[in-house]
Amino acid sequence: MISTGASGMISGWYLQIVNLLAALLLLISFAMLAQRRVVGLISLFAWQGAALAVSTAIVAVFTAQWHLLYSVALTLLLKVVIIPWFFYRLVRKLGMSRDVEPLLNHSLIMLTGIVLVIFAFNLALPISQMAGTVMRSTLGIAMACVLLSFLMMITRTKALPQVIGFMAMENGIFFAATSATYGMPLVVELGVALDVLVGVFVLGIFFFQIRETFESMDLRQMEKRKEH
Amino acid sequence: MSGGVVLQGLQTVLAVLAAPLLTGWTNQCRARLQGRRPPSLWQSYRVLHKLFHKETVLAEEASPLFQATPYVVFSCMVLAAGIVPMLANDLPFSPVADVIALVGVFALARVFLALAAMDVGTAFGTLGARREMLVAFLAEPALLMVFFTVSLISHSTQLPLMVHVLAHQKFAIYPSLAFAGVAFWMVSVAENARIPVDNPTTHLELTMIHEAMILEYSGRYLALIEWSVALKLFVYAALGIALFVPWGIAPVGEEAALPLALLALVAKMAIGGLVLAVLETLNAKMRLFRVPEFLGTAFLLAVLGMLIHFLLES
Repeated sequence: MISTGASGMISGWYLQIVNLLAALLLLISFAMLAQRRVVGLISLFAWQGAALAVSTAIVAVFTAQWHLLYSVALTLLLKVVIIPWFFYRLVRKLGMSRDVEPLLNHSLIMLTGIVLVIFAFNLALPISQMAGTVMRSTLGIAMACVLLSFLMMITRTKALPQVIGFMAMENGIFFAATSATYGMPLVVELGVALDVLVGVFVLGIFFFQIRETFESMDLRQMEKRKEH
Repeated sequence: MSGGVVLQGLQTVLAVLAAPLLTGWTNQCRARLQGRRPPSLWQSYRVLHKLFHKETVLAEEASPLFQATPYVVFSCMVLAAGIVPMLANDLPFSPVADVIALVGVFALARVFLALAAMDVGTAFGTLGARREMLVAFLAEPALLMVFFTVSLISHSTQLPLMVHVLAHQKFAIYPSLAFAGVAFWMVSVAENARIPVDNPTTHLELTMIHEAMILEYSGRYLALIEWSVALKLFVYAALGIALFVPWGIAPVGEEAALPLALLALVAKMAIGGLVLAVLETLNAKMRLFRVPEFLGTAFLLAVLGMLIHFLLES
């Protein structure tokens, strides 16, 4: 009477874990989109980095792509430890640890997010068919993460969430590179990592300047000043 | 076949009788967690017994609809309890309705309750009915999306088939099921009027949703409604078990597996009630205007689960 129609043809348990982590990455991207508190946003960013590092490490070990482990170490060090720590300190120093940012239209942003995900999945489909990696199906998720971070940067008005969105976008690009071609050459990755680090520190100094000049971290203030 | 009918009857009666026990267990856990002295496990039965023996007071303007509603709601819940596999899978009654029809059965009960709340014409009844409808129209699409996601994996909307496929295939991690599971939890919290969407023990009319609707009921009508509320929670718990942790439900024609199935059901229900109590203790009731956001998130998770199924699992 009952026939089995199981669709469990995913092979290799490590791939299943990588897929699960990829889904987690997407979930964290959405959580960042919805997160109003700056501190919560920073922790989410750290978690995103951690999920990224773990999934990349699993891929590196099981496909014997040992050079990926350097990227994993770099990700762990930069995106899970140094940058979140720096942001936490910045938030404490700027006294905005309790900042709550009003979101413009929660449901509209979320629906746009879903549309972006569908778009990214469709976009990635032909590319992932060409890719020869084991985790090529996660390319769609990586692109969705990039687009969602973009959306986050567009919808935020404060400076720090925008910078975090930028960092999250970098995470997405890194994930896309891993799923499409087992990562970029080490030189490129080192360069990107250095760029990100320098960028964060420059922006950190910049934040103080913004506050000194405009007495607010709200970027809409800057636009108003320009008009006068 | 006759054995199946007996089993079907047994399962339904068991669900109807055991439903207040789940509510009692949840209340007990919650009281312990909140540092109060817990009520007895049988408190819900005592309340039902008390209400059944009390005089029923009806408003003068009450129409027959008002009196019929408790019976309609209760029979809807009994029907749902007959459809969802709890102890044994593929019982003779389960082809009556698939998951989509099941959502309709719940909706029917809700519509009658809302109409009855507005029937007497008190302000609070109308207020409660409107709020209930606000919650319901947001929760229903999310619930349907959850069911669709699970149906995509099992290639069926018939509950027995879904349970069979999910329980007996080779073990695999389904990210989409995880998303759907969380969304299902959020929806059931909203549908069963629990914290953070609604507070089942509130006495403050302005924050009530479900309670405001049944303010006018008393005596045996109230008892029936309270019982169906408990039964609804039980059916939702059974539904969650059937879709997301179906291991242990006895397959067709295996009577020997029944004691184990009963044990598994009790254990899962106990854990489910405990988790519900923990989450209710950790969260505060949210403002009504936050509820759309909460249920929107549930919808989002369900849709994400579906999309991820297409990307990663097909």
